[in-house]
Amino acid sequence: MPEDQSIAIDVRDAVKRYGDFTALKKISLSILDNEFFTLLGPSGCGKTTLLRMIAGFEDVTEGEIYLFGDEIENLPPHQRPVNTVFQNYALFPHMTVLENVAFGLEMRGNSRAQARTRAGEMLELVQLSQFAARKPSQLSGGQQQRVALARALAPQPKVLLLDEPLSALDLKLRKSMQLELKYLQRETGITFIFVTHDQEEALTMSDRIAVMSEGELQQLGAPRDIYERPHNKFVADFIGETNLLEVSVDNIINGRAICHLGGGHELTCNEVDGIGVGSKVHMSVRPERLFISDDPTEGGCLKGRVQENIFAGTDITTIINLADGPNFTVRTSNSERGNKRIFEPGNEVFVNMEMGAARLLAD
Amino acid sequence: MAAGATRGGGVTTDTYKEARTWLLMPAWLVLLVLSLAPVSMILIYSFLTKEFRGGVIWDFSLAAYDQFFFDRGLFGDEAPSIEWTYITIFWRSIWQAGAATLLSLIIGFPTAYFIATRPEKVRPIWVFLVTIPYWVNLLIRTVSMKFLLRDQGPLNDFLMSTGLIDSPIHIVNTNFAVQLGLFYSYLPFMVLPIYASVERYNFSLSEAAADLYATKWVALRRILLPAIKPGVIAGCILVFVPSLGSFLAPDLLGGAKNFMIGSLIEEQFKGNAGNWPFGAAASMILLTMVLIILLIFARQQAKAEKREG
Repeated sequence: MPEDQSIAIDVRDAVKRYGDFTALKKISLSILDNEFFTLLGPSGCGKTTLLRMIAGFEDVTEGEIYLFGDEIENLPPHQRPVNTVFQNYALFPHMTVLENVAFGLEMRGNSRAQARTRAGEMLELVQLSQFAARKPSQLSGGQQQRVALARALAPQPKVLLLDEPLSALDLKLRKSMQLELKYLQRETGITFIFVTHDQEEALTMSDRIAVMSEGELQQLGAPRDIYERPHNKFVADFIGETNLLEVSVDNIINGRAICHLGGGHELTCNEVDGIGVGSKVHMSVRPERLFISDDPTEGGCLKGRVQENIFAGTDITTIINLADGPNFTVRTSNSERGNKRIFEPGNEVFVNMEMGAARLLAD
Repeated sequence: MAAGATRGGGVTTDTYKEARTWLLMPAWLVLLVLSLAPVSMILIYSFLTKEFRGGVIWDFSLAAYDQFFFDRGLFGDEAPSIEWTYITIFWRSIWQAGAATLLSLIIGFPTAYFIATRPEKVRPIWVFLVTIPYWVNLLIRTVSMKFLLRDQGPLNDFLMSTGLIDSPIHIVNTNFAVQLGLFYSYLPFMVLPIYASVERYNFSLSEAAADLYATKWVALRRILLPAIKPGVIAGCILVFVPSLGSFLAPDLLGGAKNFMIGSLIEEQFKGNAGNWPFGAAASMILLTMVLIILLIFARQQAKAEKREG
């Protein structure tokens, strides 16, 4: 993110209340121009509410929203130069595909002919030109999705809002649409704000991700950042798979925290501000950052027994039962495994990891 | 029972066909006995000769239709000219029924929209409230309306007490009173079909329209209305058709000057003064006219759809 990149959407202390229920608790975040930004969280976390507030479908109870410096939270939706791709596409059923795409252009004052020419170009962009004269109901889900996309992009919005647009598609189509969306964003240079509950989708597509839970922003950062350095237990648990254990901090030496996990097992983690000796906190370590060996001299520090191997194509997941302690999940890529032996259930093994792989989390 | 056995798989198609014929009998019976037979009877009666104390003589005659359309003088021996009396009554009826339909639409559409946009749990209560007045007999409702609207009635009393008017407004015995009466008689037939279609409407379409820079009015006209058009058409037909043939509201609220077809037909079958063939002929003309209006409507509908598609 270059420093001089201007801010497309600036949300300042936005609060949304429905009666006694607070859907959003003072959210502030800045979304940069030309960014693929994702609001990620489980259902009910407030991500869709925030998106609908930016679009203008929900009132803002408190706070402000700025679009390239202009305050917009009091404008009705039809006066905001942002467009939305709806979860169920919301294509106008009585209009043809071309008329659907031309609608926004006409409403912005283009002549019918102009609007249709431009709509035709948009359909070309999403490779649906041959379906221009059809009604939406005559298209497949994936095609409807593209029409919705073309319709929202046609009036050249300053920001495009996408409300879980891929959730109705099957896995294969979803994967290819993810890439297509990413390319489309780069090609058009329009800021995309994408809402999803699918963490993998968010990691694949986004420049930056805002992880939300219970109406609060949990962490904001680049996908790698969020995956490798989760701020708290929620983010570590929600993004990707992890070994999440409660540990107590025994000692802190040179920025390293020596923790024990119960059953006499010890582990060295990074130090985290605000966590002192004696505190009980959560520790997260990703399964793919762990290695199994049968020799403690290889650095194996946690002794356990293999409980089960789960084969899943590209990798093998091994569940290891530490003696008198918790379970660990270890993932070994099949390509990296090489000649290394596969440990059978019942084998005694050691679990090893690089320094810094295990992270202490603030709650 | 035979149809049930068919589902089991072991029965031949012939048995199935036979079963179907029998099972469809009630439907055919209803169509024949309650619809085709009465209409045929009216059609036949309209071509018979009138008996002076009501009833008919079984002699073929075009007199009823002749009387409707042509004026042959007091003694029936002059050269025929067009008889405007009945055509005027018909024209007035169409006009009145149309005005009542428009009034129902103007009041009924917002009502239906309001109900359909309430929380799902309370919608049935609102629908119930709309239909409650219709549990009372139509005659009683119409008479009550006359009482409310008359010069010394509560409405005029109220308006005069507020100082809005100095002397009572004459509403009873005007065209407007008839329109009000018809409107009140058939309003639920407008509200319910529109309600049903607005309830099925996907409101994210309106959001999408607003998102694409359409004002509320444009979104209503170009997105909501086309989507609920079938409900609106059904409502209009359900109000217009019975209004056209209605006689209670015109009789009680309109007075002699605002005579409608329904009353004209009713008179032909009442007491000894009637003329059955003429009443039957007027009924047939009414029926034909309704059919023509519906056909024109349907054709324009089809044309509009072709244009859009």
